[in-house]
Amino acid sequence: MSGFVMFISQIFNGLKIGSVYALVALGYTMVYGIIRLLNFAHGDFIMIGAYTLMLSIPALAAMGMPAWTAVIPATLVCALVGVLVERLAYKPVREKGNSMTALITAIAMSLLLENGSQAIFGADYKTVPTIVSIPTLTIGQLKIDGATIVSIVLGVVMMVAMQLYVKRTKQGKAMRAVSEDKEASLLMGINVNGTITLTFAIGSGLAAIAALMYCVSYPQVSPTMGMMLGLKAFVAAVLGGIGSIPGAMVGGLAIGLIESLTKAYIGTITGGVITSAFSDAIVFAILIIVLLVRPSGLMGEPETEKV
Amino acid sequence: MLDIKNLSVSYGAIDAVKDISLHVDDGEIVSLIGANGAGKTTTLHTITGLVPAKSGSIMFNGQDLLKTKANRIVTLGMAHVPEGRHVFTRMSVQENLEMGAYSLKDTSHVAEDLDKVYTYFPRLKERRRQLAGTLSGGEQQMVAMGRAMMSRPNTILMDEPSMGLSPKLVKEIFRIIEKLHDEGITVLLVEQNAKMALSIADRAYVLETGRITMEGKASDLLHDEKVRKAYLGA
Repeated sequence: MSGFVMFISQIFNGLKIGSVYALVALGYTMVYGIIRLLNFAHGDFIMIGAYTLMLSIPALAAMGMPAWTAVIPATLVCALVGVLVERLAYKPVREKGNSMTALITAIAMSLLLENGSQAIFGADYKTVPTIVSIPTLTIGQLKIDGATIVSIVLGVVMMVAMQLYVKRTKQGKAMRAVSEDKEASLLMGINVNGTITLTFAIGSGLAAIAALMYCVSYPQVSPTMGMMLGLKAFVAAVLGGIGSIPGAMVGGLAIGLIESLTKAYIGTITGGVITSAFSDAIVFAILIIVLLVRPSGLMGEPETEKV
Repeated sequence: MLDIKNLSVSYGAIDAVKDISLHVDDGEIVSLIGANGAGKTTTLHTITGLVPAKSGSIMFNGQDLLKTKANRIVTLGMAHVPEGRHVFTRMSVQENLEMGAYSLKDTSHVAEDLDKVYTYFPRLKERRRQLAGTLSGGEQQMVAMGRAMMSRPNTILMDEPSMGLSPKLVKEIFRIIEKLHDEGITVLLVEQNAKMALSIADRAYVLETGRITMEGKASDLLHDEKVRKAYLGA
């Protein structure tokens, strides 16, 4: 394989994992945008989506349905969990406490979900049945596997759909209105609490689709699988500018590409001084550099808002 | 008609509004004047459900507003132009105006109503694609008023529409308020600019530290010795 083909296939790898980060970052950023809360449990929604996939694929197969249809129950379960977390934990805290109590509640919720699923499923990795079998695409020397194609296509479709939803639909406009000014939104007749609930449902549902994309390539689930994914997606959201939907997409794809290219080339470039094991450190270092130059992220708007 | 009886509102231990009663008949412009902190904005916020009342009643065309959810009040025909405009800064002028029509079930008049707002405020038409956050204060006031008009209200509450505007713009805004009144819209106008408010209002109430201390025909209050001394600087 020539160097150029290797480079292109690394780009595709980066876009594949970047699409997962982007969808998770979208959920982060939508929830942050509407209630100014960093929902640290958001990464764990991926894990819940992945377990739902694992459990529902055999059940659906028994009914003669294709495995990918498991994304429907996974999305519904994640949306439901997201709404329950908001209604039972975040909303009461938001109404009584301050943003710090809400943040700590989110961290506690993350631990609860991880430990809860460990109690149910055990700490071991479990295998997710094959979800799709799409043949590898071969262009000359370049080979792109089916999982990569599925992830990138699904990621792009979801990102475009979300952007259109938020920009064009009545509910999407209500979300933007509530994220900016809750009092004025009430005066317009917007059901503010309903809109917040809907945002949680959609953001959490996106985590289920991210879970599908992830499991297509890495068919394994564990209670803590959402931790690192969630953290990377959080970095992606901040890099892109938290609260900005296009920012989450750009940030997610950027983190995916940086990670993939670092893993592939950092050893060669530095003559083996820095190995690919440092790829996560490099991702976070880039975040720090970008934030030093542009504190509001690549596409975020400067804001005098406390986090 | 809007009928407020024995309304009290408090923020924790602080009583912001103490046992006030006032009414606004259909087609009237009624002004609520008073110093900063007198409870004018709190009164409007309680009417549209942004702040809960402690006691009393607010009836609007037979509906008990204290039992109506805040986001349902606009559907009863009451629009509120809040103090400080509260436009959606990251939306375009036109999107802001369209948000004003959010509560309408029948959307067939939205285009026509937009045209009407643009004839009232031609400057907004020129800037319809611009983000509302990039507009001047006067233009944002126009957006806030146009947005309220888009909900097809029969009653508009206006909170300090003249705040921070040049005398020329203040005149323009007040001319629009009179125009809305001529169309049959009822207006409850909160103003620190008492002279302007009393000059267009039918009746007025004077609010001092949460209590109504005077009420009457606006033209009478305009010539009242105490009002002139306290609020008109004469």
